[in-house]
Order: sequence, then C-alpha cells, then structure tokens
Amino acid sequence: MMTFDQILFYALAVIAVLSAIMVITRRNPVHSALFLITTLFCVAGIYLQLHAEFLAAVQVIVYVGGIMVLFLFVIMLVNLETLSQERRFNRQWHIAILVSVVLLVEFGTIIWRGKAALQLPANQPLMDTLTTNNSEQLGVVLYQQYMLPFEIASFLLLVAIIGAVILAKRRLSSDGK
Amino acid sequence: MFNQYFQPNDILIIYPELLLALFAMGVMIIDLFLDRAWKVLNAFTALVGIAYAAYALYRLKSNALNLSGYNHAILNDSFAIYFQFVFLIATALVILISARYLSIEGENRGDYYALILLSLIGMNFMVMGIDLITLYIALELMAVSEYILVGYLRTNRQSNEAAMKFFLLGAFSSGILLYGISLLYGISGSTDLRVIAQRLAERPSHDPIALVAVVTLTAGLLFKIGGVPFHQWLPDAYEGAPSTITTFISVAPKAASFALILRIFIVGLKPLETSWVPVLSVVCVLTMTLGNITAISQSNIKRLLAYSSIAHAGYLLLGLIAGNEYGITGIAIYFLVYAFMNIGIWTLVVAMRRKDLIGDQIQDMAGMIYKNPGAAVLMLVFLLSLAGIPPTAGFIGKYYLFASVIQTHHYVLAVIAVLNAAISLYYYFRVVVVMFMSEKTDEEKMTLSPGVLTSLAVTLVFTLLIGIYPEPFIRFAQNSLSLFQ
Amino acid sequence: MVPLNYFLILAAILFSIGVIGFVMKRNVITMFMSIELMLNSVNLTFVAFSRYIQNLSGQIFVFFVMVIAAAEAAVGLAIIVALYRNRESLNVDEADRMKL
Repeated sequence: MMTFDQILFYALAVIAVLSAIMVITRRNPVHSALFLITTLFCVAGIYLQLHAEFLAAVQVIVYVGGIMVLFLFVIMLVNLETLSQERRFNRQWHIAILVSVVLLVEFGTIIWRGKAALQLPANQPLMDTLTTNNSEQLGVVLYQQYMLPFEIASFLLLVAIIGAVILAKRRLSSDGK
Repeated sequence: MFNQYFQPNDILIIYPELLLALFAMGVMIIDLFLDRAWKVLNAFTALVGIAYAAYALYRLKSNALNLSGYNHAILNDSFAIYFQFVFLIATALVILISARYLSIEGENRGDYYALILLSLIGMNFMVMGIDLITLYIALELMAVSEYILVGYLRTNRQSNEAAMKFFLLGAFSSGILLYGISLLYGISGSTDLRVIAQRLAERPSHDPIALVAVVTLTAGLLFKIGGVPFHQWLPDAYEGAPSTITTFISVAPKAASFALILRIFIVGLKPLETSWVPVLSVVCVLTMTLGNITAISQSNIKRLLAYSSIAHAGYLLLGLIAGNEYGITGIAIYFLVYAFMNIGIWTLVVAMRRKDLIGDQIQDMAGMIYKNPGAAVLMLVFLLSLAGIPPTAGFIGKYYLFASVIQTHHYVLAVIAVLNAAISLYYYFRVVVVMFMSEKTDEEKMTLSPGVLTSLAVTLVFTLLIGIYPEPFIRFAQNSLSLFQ
Repeated sequence: MVPLNYFLILAAILFSIGVIGFVMKRNVITMFMSIELMLNSVNLTFVAFSRYIQNLSGQIFVFFVMVIAAAEAAVGLAIIVALYRNRESLNVDEADRMKL
C-alpha cells in the first residue's frame, strides 16, 4: 500500500526524469528550456517533501524566475541556427563512458545493498525543529557558521556583473577614439 | 554583541584579501578618470595593491602561525601563506607585462586588473579554506574571473571561442566535482575536511560509495589542472586567450588548483589513500606521456607550451602520489620555480606580438639570435630550465619530485618520469635549433617595454639563482609542510 | 516516508541525463542547460542527505550552488552573446567591403 507521500514522490520523479530527457532530445532550444523549467518545478516539489521549504522557494524564484528567463532572453536574442551549425567539440565519448560506469556502480550498490550501503553518520541529537522553522534555522547557520563563504559570494557576484558588462556591452570606453 | 557572527581576529586573518579587494575596486574607479594615454597607471595601482597585500601577508607570517578563523572555515597556516606568496609573485609579473600588450590590442581598461585581483582573492581563499563550502566558492571565484579574462579580447573571434570552450568545460567539471562533494558530505555528515577525514577512517576500507565520491572528485579536480583524459580544453584556451592571460592561467590558477588538491587529498581523503593512489598513478603516467608526445608535433609555440604544461602537471602529480615530505616540498618548490621560468618564457612570447604579426609560430622565431641575441639567450635559459637541466632552477624542482617517488618505492613511475624528461628535451631543443641555426625571415625587432624588461630580468635572475643556490628557497618551500599537522 | 535511496537514485538519473546531454549536444545553449540539470541533481543529493542526517550544511551548500549557477549563467550567456555579436559584425564588415 502506497502512502500519499510515496505517490507524490513517484509522480514528481517521473515527470522530472521525462522532462529532463526531453530537454536533451528536443532540437528547438526554446522547447528544451521549457522542459527544463518543468524539471526545476518538480525538483522544487521534492524539496518541499524533504522539508527544505526555503530552498524550494529560492529554486522557483532564482532558478525559474531568474536564470531560465535569462536563458530564454538569450535564445531569442541570438540566432542559434548559426551557432549550432558549427562543430566546436569532439564528442567526448570517453568521459561519457567513464561517468556512466561510475554511476552504474553507484546505482548497483545503492539498489543492491539498500540502506546498509550508505551507513549514514550517527545522528546528532536531533533538532526536529529543522522541520518546523526552516528559513530561520538556515539563516542562523548561514550567518554564523558560513559567514565567510557568504562574503566571498559577494565577490563572485561582483565578478559576474563586471564580466557580463564587458563581454556583452556593445561599446566600451576603450573602443572609441 | 557580534561574537556569534565573527571574532575580531577573523578580519586580521583575511587582511591581505581585504586589501586586494579594495584595490580591485579602486582600480576600476580610478580608471574612470584616466585619459587613454594614462591607462598604464592602472597597472601601477594594481601593483601597489599587490605589494601592500604581500607586506600584510609578511606581517601575518611573522606574527603567528596556524591562524584559524570564521568558525574554522579557513586555516591560514604556513602552507597557505607560502602558496599565497607564489600567487602574488606570479600575478605581479603578469601585470608587469600586461600594460603594453593591452594597448597593442586596444583593450586597455581598468577592469582587466580588477578581474586579475579578484581572481587572486579566490586563489588565496582556495589555499586557506579547510571547509568544502569555502573551498568550492573560492574555486568558482577564481574560475569565473578566468572565463571572463580568456574572452577579454571581445572583438577577437579566437578569444571568444576559447572563452566559450573553457567556460563550458569548466562548468561541466564543476558539476562533476560537486557531485563528488555531495556524496562525501552524505557519508561524512560534514563539510569540514578534518571531520571528513575522521569519519572516513571509521568506515570500512572498501566502500563503493566512498570510491564513487573519490573518482568523481578526482575527475573534477583533474579538469582544473589539465590532467589526461580531461585536458582537451587546455591547448585551445591557451592558444585563444590573450597571451598575458595565458601566462597568468598557466601558473597561478594551476598552483591554486594543485594546492586545493593537496589539501583535499592529504587532509580530507587520507583514509582512502589505497583507492586514490592507483587512480592517480595511471593519470600521472598518461598525463606526462601524452603531454610530451603531443608537444613534439606542434608548430605553434603557444600550443607547444600548452602541451608542455600538461606534461608538467604530470610531473607534479608524482609529488602527490608519494605524499611524503619530499613530495610536498617538491610540489611547493616546483611551483615557485615554475612561476619564474614559465612566466619568463611566456613573456618572450608576449613580446613577439607586434602590431601586424601575432608571432606565435615557431617559424617566426627563425634566426632570433641575429635579430635579438639577448632574447634568444634568455629563451635558451628558460627552455633549459623547463627541461630540467642543471644549473637552472627547473632541475631542483624535478629532482625533488623524482626523488620523492623513489623514496616511496614507486620505481616504475620514476623511470617513466625520467624517460619523459628525455622526450621533452627533443621538442625544447627543436625551438633552440630554429632560433640559433635558421636564417632570419624578417627584420622585425621585438618591442620591449620597461614592464617586459623588468619581468624578464626578475624571472632570469631567479631561474638561475634558485638553480645555483637553492638552500634558502628550499627552506622557504618547507613552510608548506604544515599541511601534515 | 520515502527512503533516502529513492532520492539518491533520482538524483543519479538526472545527473547522468545531464552528462549525456552535455556530451551529445552541439548547441551551446542546450549544453549549458545540461549543466544546469547536473547542478540540480547535485542539489537534490545535498538536500536529501541534509534531511536524513539532520544537518543543515547541505542546504547551505545548495544555497551557494544556486548563487554560483546564477553567476555562471550571467557570464556564460554573456560569452555566447559576445561570440554571436562578433560573428554578426564580421559579416557586416564583409558586406560593406562588397559594396565598395
């Protein structure tokens, strides 16, 4: 007998995998982008199941609302026909084979040996508050334990801004006479 | 009142990085007020920033050791400080040669230096970090700045394509690396490398999940240093990028990635040594051999040096496989030496760039001894050093690395490494033959700006000095042994 | 409750789809989207582990991966635009020369 939780998981997982396959099989990049958005929504749903409410919200706002919209803009801005005609890469079969073998080993062990293979580290005395007040907990850990990465992230965003401006802007001060 | 957020001490530990950030932003603001003719001042601003940061770092080194900060996210031990000095030296040399090159290319703007300084901040945090989150975001700060710098000549098609390829493969490798990190987090329940090492030691030795984590992690990291079979991006990126940026990414980010690898493998994954040493040994042999053999058939000097740099990554892996004090000292001294000899040779390649001549074919160097005898002799010294022939500095580096694997009884590896060093002699001397034996094809002389001359003088002096009188430099490199504590 | 294994297997499947997409596709934008798929599967792994070992570091990691994905998207798409614009302007130059 399947519980509601399980039914929900299966539904989301199947949709996520199917649309992920569509992402890499569609020829039209706009279709790929739309299927990727579907996958992202399903993953956000699974985050909710895992009681990561804050990340589910961020997933929808940042990934779907920000990154994917940027993708769609660029797809419309750039005539992809010319970009896709060219062969810029050798097909890197050896990487694909290596990764697939590695993943198969992993699938195999996880399915075969079940949970025993994972041997999770002993549970710390459990804050089951983790499930009730996700955003607050996350904020406290982020600003106390991970203060430094947070600060480095601001540099990263600065670099991204500079990069986007100098690479994509039409005219820069050094161009003119 | 802010005690749970950070300690006053934390700010002191990252003082050099704060200075670099200040100067990175300063150089962009000052750039707004400079006329075209005065853009060279941007390079001065950046150099002052680096000098100031180096001084701050020196103060930090003499004050205290093993400073841990930000809730144990970073550990500024003497290993980290040593590598930060190497990055500062390499970056300063690159900035010296950049001003003239950028004005020839017509892209002389302050943001170039700002990006170099920001990527330097990323590298500094990469060697300091002891927490996977800090390490990863620092790695990305370095990498994203590099993608932009490789594509910096935005009207140059080759630079665009190099950036595209570098970016796609870099992002892909980050994805693979992250997958390994996520599994490592899952089986250890922590992102702190020291805790991970403890938890891994408690697990059974033949653990399939841990093996998958190690393999994906290794694959992701090998991309960053250009190890075979993940090296394809490297020659294209080196060829297409602006030459000064090639000089930069062939030294500093490579040293940073290697320091990161050392920290992850020696501190975090030590308990799994039996599973990663064989993998890395195979990669090491392939990287050395393929790099050297492919370099033989290159006619473009940039590509030749790119393959030679792949081969050098192979030699450096020897030190990690040995994993003993000799090996780590070897890697540390090798990067100091590599910073001088490699920047020296790339500076000459940059100087061959004239208004109408790209100057990156080996044939363009024909008869260089008649046109620019000084440059030809310098080139000879740097090539000898890359080949590892005494009394140049390259010999000291190779000696330590090769000796380290002999100490740990990896005799086969040592023999293959020596054979490879012999192969590399062939293509380095091919360049020498073209320079000294061929007739000159044109009368174009090199353009040597004061910055290029300074850079050449510094690299030449140190390439010879480390080779002739290595003791103080080896003592300096032994700082990196704090990695084992 | 759904066991941890299920989430990990789902993540591994999504990851391999991403890898295969990256290797097979020639269109740069779709390759980039495959990378986003890989990052998502990594995030899913982190969140699942974080829930089952009751440790919030994994969720923080996801937070940073999203920041990085946003920064990479901005830079990567800017590189694509630069590549495209450059080619376009090259064509325009050729057209001008033909007129003269």
